[in-house]
Amino acid sequence: MTETLAPLTVPDADPALLARLHARLEAAAVGDDSPDVHYRRVDSPLGPLLVAATEAGVARLAFAIEDEDGVLDELATRVGPRVLRSPKRLDAVAAWLDAYFAGGAEPYTGAIDLRLARGFRLAVLEQLKAVPYGVRISYAALAARTDNPRAVRAVGTACATNPVPLVVPCHRVVRSDGTTGAYRGGAAAKVQLLALERDGVLPQPGGIPIRPE
Amino acid sequence: MSASPTRAIRPANLAAGRAPFERVVEEHGALVWRVCRGMLVEHDAEDAWSETFLAAMRAWPAFDGNTAGWLVTIAHRKAIDVLRAQARTAIPTDELPETDSRLGVPGDRDLDLWAALQLLPPRQRAAVVHHHLAGVPFTEVADLTGTTPAAARKAASDGVQRLRALLAGKEIA
Repeated sequence: MTETLAPLTVPDADPALLARLHARLEAAAVGDDSPDVHYRRVDSPLGPLLVAATEAGVARLAFAIEDEDGVLDELATRVGPRVLRSPKRLDAVAAWLDAYFAGGAEPYTGAIDLRLARGFRLAVLEQLKAVPYGVRISYAALAARTDNPRAVRAVGTACATNPVPLVVPCHRVVRSDGTTGAYRGGAAAKVQLLALERDGVLPQPGGIPIRPE
Repeated sequence: MSASPTRAIRPANLAAGRAPFERVVEEHGALVWRVCRGMLVEHDAEDAWSETFLAAMRAWPAFDGNTAGWLVTIAHRKAIDVLRAQARTAIPTDELPETDSRLGVPGDRDLDLWAALQLLPPRQRAAVVHHHLAGVPFTEVADLTGTTPAAARKAASDGVQRLRALLAGKEIA
């Protein structure tokens, strides 16, 4: 500003007002005006999760250890730049995640958009959808279900790059020697998830009980 | 499993990609609000704000340039659309309604500015809003309002003077 308005004061837009305006924008951004990607944060015992969907279904789930800006940049580049925070449109997947962390064994039955996976990795994820709750499968056994049963390492890569962990349960894939292996949400989170599916309760690393918030 | 989860999915030309639109809303939401609210009464301003961002989101994949200036332009046009529609539907009457003025209400200073802006002639109001509330240079204010930079500067100056008088209670509309 090149001139001052003093003594006039320009009130700042208060956060509650901006939240209300944003909600109006979300409500209007439907049909032809739908964003390429809508997303929201979901609190979980493993920390805040970011969930993103296209019109075709849930396309990305990111753990807190992933950089949120980086995830949104990736979605803007690979799916489309019309990325809008739209919590209400992701209520169903948020409710499913809440139920899952509370011990619910139901698989996610909503639409899933696997456009961020291609080729063999996509084929692996399709197979992974069929691995039931509470079951552990080895990378080798999962490879055996694909067209390329010797591609054990590639199965590992497909799991490590799963764009929708939890929704597509790559945490159920473990090493043949019984150790749990790596995970996009961190190796500790994988151990916790496997224990959750075994015991119905999510343990904290080191046995510290979950602090209710 | 040694593959880096990010390496495989992060495109090499990320810098060349468009920013996620949500970042535009976060960065410029307050600016667009000042423009809409400065030009319009509160309810209309809320409509204009969401319509501005809806139109901007539609055009975002192809847009290239100064984002703030672009948004102010869209917001200005949305506000003008509302004002024109109201002018068309206004019912002529012999009696003037009593002005529900909030000017001079103690402790209500924020509302005073918005209410006082509504009392300015449209040209002055637009010049004050765009230059002083949105930080747009007079050359661009002139483009927006279809006038010269000198006239825009004069309108803003007259507008500010009038606002000061209104807010000091020296003039009752």
